[in-house]
Amino acid sequence: MAETIQLEVTRYSPEKDSAPSFQKYEVPLRKDWVVLDALNYVKDKQDGSLTFRWSCRMGVCGSCGMMVNGEPKLTCATFLSKYAPGPVRVEPLRYFPIVRDLVVEMSDFMAKFRKVKPWLVRKDDKPLSEGEFLQTPEQLEVYKQYSMCINCTLCYAACPVYGLDPFFIGPAAIALAQRYNMDSRDQGSDERMDILSQHEGIWGCTFVGECTKACPKNVDPAGAIQQYKLAATMNWFKTLLAPKAPR
Amino acid sequence: MRPQPQPAPTPYTPYHPRWYRTPVSTYWWMHRWVYFRFVLRELTSFGVAYFCVMTLLLVRALSKGPQAFEAFEVRLASPFFICMTVIALLLALFHTSTWFSLSAHAMVVRIGGTRVPGILIVAGNYAAWLVVSAILAWFLLR
Amino acid sequence: MTKRPIEPFLWTLFSGGGVMAAFFAPVLLFLLFLAFPLGLFHAPSYDALHSFVAMPLVRLVLFVLCSVPLFHWAHRFRYTLYDGLQIKHLNEFIDILCYGGAIVGTLLAALLLWNFS
Repeated sequence: MAETIQLEVTRYSPEKDSAPSFQKYEVPLRKDWVVLDALNYVKDKQDGSLTFRWSCRMGVCGSCGMMVNGEPKLTCATFLSKYAPGPVRVEPLRYFPIVRDLVVEMSDFMAKFRKVKPWLVRKDDKPLSEGEFLQTPEQLEVYKQYSMCINCTLCYAACPVYGLDPFFIGPAAIALAQRYNMDSRDQGSDERMDILSQHEGIWGCTFVGECTKACPKNVDPAGAIQQYKLAATMNWFKTLLAPKAPR
Repeated sequence: MRPQPQPAPTPYTPYHPRWYRTPVSTYWWMHRWVYFRFVLRELTSFGVAYFCVMTLLLVRALSKGPQAFEAFEVRLASPFFICMTVIALLLALFHTSTWFSLSAHAMVVRIGGTRVPGILIVAGNYAAWLVVSAILAWFLLR
Repeated sequence: MTKRPIEPFLWTLFSGGGVMAAFFAPVLLFLLFLAFPLGLFHAPSYDALHSFVAMPLVRLVLFVLCSVPLFHWAHRFRYTLYDGLQIKHLNEFIDILCYGGAIVGTLLAALLLWNFS
């Protein structure tokens, strides 16, 4: 294996640059290194001004999402040796505004995520004396896959519709809406239905399927969105044909 | 958004940093093979439309009498229409195969609490497709 | 809901048309427009085909088969234009072109099959 590998990293300084550019760094190619290790090496030894987000370095926090050779990846879970002999192009997550270097502005995702009410919605609160909500393993299995989401937004970077349509809510938000809708303890599906079935909320999705490929936690947001479309459609017909029936 | 000429950059201030919004190229779908394959998949709708239109034209030729129908069949055998039909057939086949593999994601079938694996749903769709095609072929060829 | 969105209904047509096209289009395209005109297989006679199509049930099935997949095309092409060419700001024009085309096709199909003799 070669001794070193070249990284091409996006640099953008809002104080002085009007557009991003690339800077090359030569880093050691260690068998057990991930891209995040290489970036930290650059920051420690070569260029302290390189700015990027990371936290847990083990693929559970969702902070270190970046484009590695054009594909959205968690840099703490992407081995450097896979890209030998290089060069490895590291860019900030696609379709998000760039704040500095590899850091992107996430407030659009945060706003859309909050819109789908990603918490348990209850119409009637159970008194404490009645104890906790019980759930069978089968009831858990129905939504468990969607609960694995770590909000890394790699799916947003993979989704061309998100990049093209400002109203599209996006894969993770819809998958999480499904996670709560399918939870037996939740009573909020009609509240979420009103928000999501607005024009373009979910209907912008054309099932490209890249979000599912990019997801590091196998959440399958594309599947969740299609299932949600089916649920929203059945609800649409139900309210059309039996408007007074309880939803 | 349509690629706009970049507006003159506003001066940077510490409390209003200038974010850079990368414009999405009109040719975004050519930049990665998966995106290009997606657009090809979407264009299979033209194969579907060709099928509908040609079937209606066939019915129209049928209603106009044996000579008109014979003339229509001769036109169908012309190189232009054969070419178009081959392209439409390829598009239709691509539509069928992509539609079935997408159905594995979109359909959740549960038997006794566990989810049926996607590959079985795809296989089931293909099996049904073969049966339908065989029935139609038998009907038209006897 | 203040305004009832039409998208779920259009999506239903898209899905239904997609399923129909997935199952019926390949074999029918091959037989009716490739094999029979080229003489690869023995085609049904004019009279047999004519009397078959004349049956009301067959005409109804043909109507559904040749109209709903047109809406599949319309819906898919509309989004292909929105995303592929980024001309979503022309959405009224595109919607009329796509769904209008599908409606025209459906009306022509209805006319043709109703008056079939």
